[in-house]
This record gives sequence, C-alpha cells and structure tokens, in this order.
Amino acid sequence: MKPRVLVVDDDSSLAEMLGIVLRSEGFEPAFVPDGSRALSAFREVKPDIVLLDLMLPGMSGIDVCRAIRAESGTPIIMLTAKTDTVDIVLGLESGADDYVVKPFKPKELTARMRARLRRYDEAGGETLLIGPPDSAVSIDVQAHQVVRDGAQISLTPLEFDLLVALARKPRQVFTREVLLEQVWGYRHAADTRLVNVHVQRLRSKVERDPERPEVVLTVRGVGYKAGPP
Amino acid sequence: MNPVARGSIQSGLEALPARLGHHLQGATNWLIHRSRPALLQLSASWRRSLQLRVATTTTIVTGLIVLLIGVFLVDQIGKGVLKAKRDASISQASLGLESATAQFEGLTPGDLSGIRQAVDQITSDPTPSTGPLSGSLFTKVVRSTDQAVNRQLGVSQLIPDELRRQVDRGTMAVQYAPVRVPGQSGEAPGLIVGQPLTTQAGAFELYYLFPLTAEQKTLGLVQRTVLIAGLALVLLVAAIAALVTRQVVRPVRVAAQTAGRLAGGALSERITVSGEDDIALLGESFNNMANSLQQQIRRLENLSRLQQRFTSDVSHELRTPLTTIRMAAELLYGSREDFTPALARSVELLTNELDRFESLLADLLEISRYDAGAAHLETEQVDIRGIAERAVAAAGSLAARHGVELRAELGDRPVLAEVDARRVERVLRNLLGNALDHAEGRPVTVRVAADEAAVAVTVRDEGVGLRPGEAALVFNRFWRGDPSRSRLTGGTGLGLAISLEDVRLHHGWLQAWGARGRGAVFRMTLPRVAGGPLDSSPLPLEPPEVLA
Repeated sequence: MKPRVLVVDDDSSLAEMLGIVLRSEGFEPAFVPDGSRALSAFREVKPDIVLLDLMLPGMSGIDVCRAIRAESGTPIIMLTAKTDTVDIVLGLESGADDYVVKPFKPKELTARMRARLRRYDEAGGETLLIGPPDSAVSIDVQAHQVVRDGAQISLTPLEFDLLVALARKPRQVFTREVLLEQVWGYRHAADTRLVNVHVQRLRSKVERDPERPEVVLTVRGVGYKAGPP
Repeated sequence: MNPVARGSIQSGLEALPARLGHHLQGATNWLIHRSRPALLQLSASWRRSLQLRVATTTTIVTGLIVLLIGVFLVDQIGKGVLKAKRDASISQASLGLESATAQFEGLTPGDLSGIRQAVDQITSDPTPSTGPLSGSLFTKVVRSTDQAVNRQLGVSQLIPDELRRQVDRGTMAVQYAPVRVPGQSGEAPGLIVGQPLTTQAGAFELYYLFPLTAEQKTLGLVQRTVLIAGLALVLLVAAIAALVTRQVVRPVRVAAQTAGRLAGGALSERITVSGEDDIALLGESFNNMANSLQQQIRRLENLSRLQQRFTSDVSHELRTPLTTIRMAAELLYGSREDFTPALARSVELLTNELDRFESLLADLLEISRYDAGAAHLETEQVDIRGIAERAVAAAGSLAARHGVELRAELGDRPVLAEVDARRVERVLRNLLGNALDHAEGRPVTVRVAADEAAVAVTVRDEGVGLRPGEAALVFNRFWRGDPSRSRLTGGTGLGLAISLEDVRLHHGWLQAWGARGRGAVFRMTLPRVAGGPLDSSPLPLEPPEVLA
C-alpha cells in the first residue's frame, strides 16, 4: 500500500511540484493550502506522514504541529525557509520529528520521509528494561508500549525509536551523530539541535524529574546513553 | 624665657608627643604583625574612599595649625604672666629694701648678734601689708658678702652663684630658680630678686624668693584648656569635612553605580534628582545622557530588528520558489537521457548553477544575519576532533576530484571545548574547501591541538600560497587572490568572511599565513570555555619547516 502524505503548504506551485515528485517516488499525496483547515484534513486523510510548511495563512505551522501532535504521533516533517536556531528549535519543540530547509533536493526529502516511515524490525517479542531498578522503564518493542511504575507512557514513534535505540545497547554511549544516523537516517549532516530537542521531549515523558535524568543520561562532551537497568 | 620656667611649663607638652609616639609605634607594630589584612583593608579604603582621604587630610592640616596656634598662645600667655609677676616682684623687693636698711641702723660690722637679730627681723617679717604682692607668700634671705659672716649666720637657702655675682656688682638682679615654698616641703619653680643691701654693719644682699606655684597652676590650666579646645576644634573640622564630602561624594557614588548598571544593559536606570545645585546639575546631565543613549540604542535595535526581519522575509520569499525550481530541475536532470544533447547539457548547466545560486544565497543570508547582529552562539562541550573528522570526511570527495591527499593529524586524546559545533564545522569546511582549491595537487594537512585555555585547528596547504600583505585580505568579502585564476570549486567568495564572523562570535582568532609558492596556513584558535580569555595559540601559525 502506498504511504499517504499530507502536504500542508500555501504555495500552489511548490505543492504541485511536490505532488509530482512524491507520486513518482511512490507516495500518495493529499494537499491542504491553509493552516486552519489542516487539522480537519489530517483527520480525514489519516496520513502516514505530514509535510508541514511553517509559514501558513490562517494558522501558523507551529500551531498546526501542536494540534496534530495533541491527537496523534504521526511523523511530521517541517518544511522551513528559516534557518535560525530559534525557528527550528521552536518547530521541533512544538512536536515536529524532523525538518528540511528550503530549497531542498527531492532525494533529500524522500530519504528523510522514508527514514520516518521505516519501522524497527520487530523481530521477536523482546522487552527492554532501562533506568533505575526500583522504577525501571519497561519497553515492549513489538507492542510499542512503554510502561513505568505501572503507568503507560505514550510516546511518538520517533521518541519510541530513540528510546529503543538507546535501550538496545544500554552500556554504549551514543554520539549525537550516531543517533542522527540511526534514528533520523542522516548521513554526514550534523544538526545536533534535532537530537537535543527530542531527548528533552523524551525526558519530559519518561523521567520522574527531567532536570535530574535517570533513564536517558547525558555523557558530557560525547552524547547520551541509557541509564543502568 | 628662663630655662627653668619654660621647662616646667612645657614639660607636659613635650612629654605628650613622646608618649604618644611610643604608643603609636607600639600600635603600628601590633598592626603590622597581628593584622596585616586589616592594614591592607585600610590602605584599600584609603585609595577608594574620597571621603576618608579628604576628612583625614583636613584633620591633619587643621591639627597642625591648631597645634601651632596652641603653642603660640600658651607661650604668649606664659610670657605675659611671668612678666607681670617679675615686675611686681621687683617693685615689691624695692619697697622692702628701705625697711631692711633701717633694721641695720646703729650696728657695727662686728656686732654679730645685732646683725643676726636684724636679719631675723627682716626674714621673719611677716607678709607685708603694702606693695604689689602684699598678701602673697614669699621668703626673704639676707646674705653677707663675707662668707665667714654667712657661715656664722647659718644662711641655708641656696642662691644661684650667677645671681649673687650680679648682686655683688651692686645692681639689682632677677633670676628664675627653684625655691623652697614657706609652709611646704620641697621646692617649686620660683623667681628670686636680689639687691645689694649696704648698711653700717657691712655689705649685705637681700634676696626675695617668690614661688611661682600659682602661676604654674594658671599656666597648667591654660595649657589644658588650649589642648581641649584644640582637640574639639580638630574633631569638629574632621566631622564637618566628612559631612561635606559625604554630601558631594554620595551623589557621585550614586551616579557611578547608575552608570555601571546602564553599562550593564539596564537602559532605563536614572538618577533621582532633587534641588538645583551643582550636584543636581550633574544628575540631570547624567540622565540626559542616559536618555539619548537609550534612544540611540533603541533606534539601532529597531534597525537591527527590521534588518533581521527583512533578511528572514527575503529568505522565505526566495527559498520557496527556488525549491520548486530545484525540484523541477532535478526531475528534468533525472530524465536527461531522453533529451537531445543540447537540451541535456542545458539541464546539467541549470542544475549546477542552481547549486551555486543556492550556496551563494545561503552565504549572503548568513552574512546579512551577522550584519544585523542576529547571530547567536549555541555552545556545548564537544570533542573538536569529531568535528574535524566530519569536515575532513565531507571534503573527501572534493579532495579526490582535485587529486589532493588529505591528511588529518588529530592526536589520540579527546580535545574538549565549549563551542558551537555547527559553526566550527562550517569554518573547517570552508577552510578545507579553500585549501583544496589552492593546493595544486600537493597534500593538505589538518592539525588539532589544545592547551589549558585554548584549542587550535590549522589547515595547511603547500600550493600557490599568498603574496605579502594578502594574509590580511583573504577574509574580505568576495576577495579573489588572483582574478585570472579559474574557479574550481565555485566557492561563493563569502566562505572565509563568514568563517571569520563565526570565529569572532566564539571570541576566537582566525588567522592566515602564506608565502608565494610555499603554501598557506589558516589557523583557528578558540577558547576552551565559552567567552574565556585567549592569549596564545597551541599551534604555531607559520609552519615549523618554513621557520627553520
């Protein structure tokens, strides 16, 4: 089945061109040019992935992103013309999984989309345990479920992937670059902001006190690792 | 003034500084040995506090003047009192001479018992009821000029020889000397008036001994009074000086503190102005200055915000259609095999030039972001070697295309520093691109080193190098070393200018060295702690083999 893509962009030429490229790459695109109609279109189309322009008429891309994130973990890739850290971090913090800076190459965009749509090989019903023993975080990889202290934690697929990547090799320290490659599918590019923002989002969900993390630990000057099981 | 009298009056004054000096020395020793920090603190507040300095100098100067005036006053009063006493004593003595002569009436020189009687009569003569010193205590002594007579008479009161010699010469003489006070034991400063007493019974000397006890008491009182008044005056002046200085210094201190806060960025800080005096004028001028500063800064901030906004808008407006063009071009490029050769080449050119256009646009926007002051540093602790490795890896394909060997000497220990990894990587990519562009087939070397305070990365090529003076120009925008040289990488001409801004943002150094035909070295030095000081670089700018 072709993956459904919801393109939220007000520039009709770009939207049309994106449509041509996406169809030729085996996607099934749907379009909405207006921020205020984005959420209803999202509910209607039930896309597998969303491409979201940040500068939209009606309702800003940031708000659309938050609204979608509030009801679904569907991957969102921001299309942005702004490269300032403030804008990018704001977009990521509002719930986008990844971003592509305009002008982008079609190959770059589709590679990024595929990375977001690719799921971990869910071979075997493994259950991973990380964090402090008295209150460990238990990850059921196959069922996509994360439980801590008896309560289920709802993570977006990206956050889940990030957590699983760390939990599979609990003693290994992951540099941000390695995480970018494993979780986001980047090669060579090193935008560590992406990792930092998502680690923060992940911590805010799984940690008891995000200021003093026990599950996702920072290794100063290197990267991150999973807390001891 | 007579030495004895002066000594008695001034002994107190002279002893005081000596005692005080002794105490002071003791105190200073104690201060030096026991509380050096306190001494340092004192010297620090001496340097810092205008109030303390003014009050102290005023006190010292006033103290000296008051001391001079006091000494002069005491001296004058002493002289006056003693002169009055002396005059009175002389006239008292003159009055007594006549009656003393009368006592010797009818006596012959050999009549010792008569003489003793006369002498007893004179010396035991109670306090006279007449004369200027009537009623006051004094003693009289009668001596003969003949020592044998004196011995028989048993004259005991000591009279200074000097005085006696003068009296013997037949004149009245006056001298200050210690005298015995009648009715009291011991001696007191006194005044002795001597006069020759010529009688039928022979030549005698009549001495009047006036004790100066009362005068000494008076002068002591005067001294104490002057001392107390002087001290009070000095204290008063010190207090006034401190108070007046405080009135001036306080507004100045307030102004200094406010200026400090203004400099720290609190642009709305103002001084509260009251009154219309000079200090108020200072405050008002200060506030006016602050106002105009604030206005200027606001205007500049506004300008910067506008510029930033414009850059952001231009960026968006240009990037969106460019994305469409880029995608269309890629689509065409993907199916160029189906086109005629001319069309296919056109599509190739279109795609390549789009790349160039894009990087030029990106660089222009980046540099205008710097110009608008909108660039911010995002530092984190990273291993510089990792950044260098990525930059070298990214330059790999370009190096292969140029046929240049790319060497990396990164060391084997982590080189941690607080930097903006994205910007540092961009700098290294730019330096590498530039080096590969000018290497002319010879190797390019990247070195990383660090010391306690700084990290350094050098990128060295052994290609065309730089002409003298060009090392300062390479960072200029769109600067081209040799205009006739064809461009190989299609660099935008802004790479090094942006790199310089990136390094400056880190408070680091980006320097170039080059010699014609011997290649060039670009060295980036960054503080290990964000914003830390930078005095030296762990790597030399000029390659050692060139220096040797």
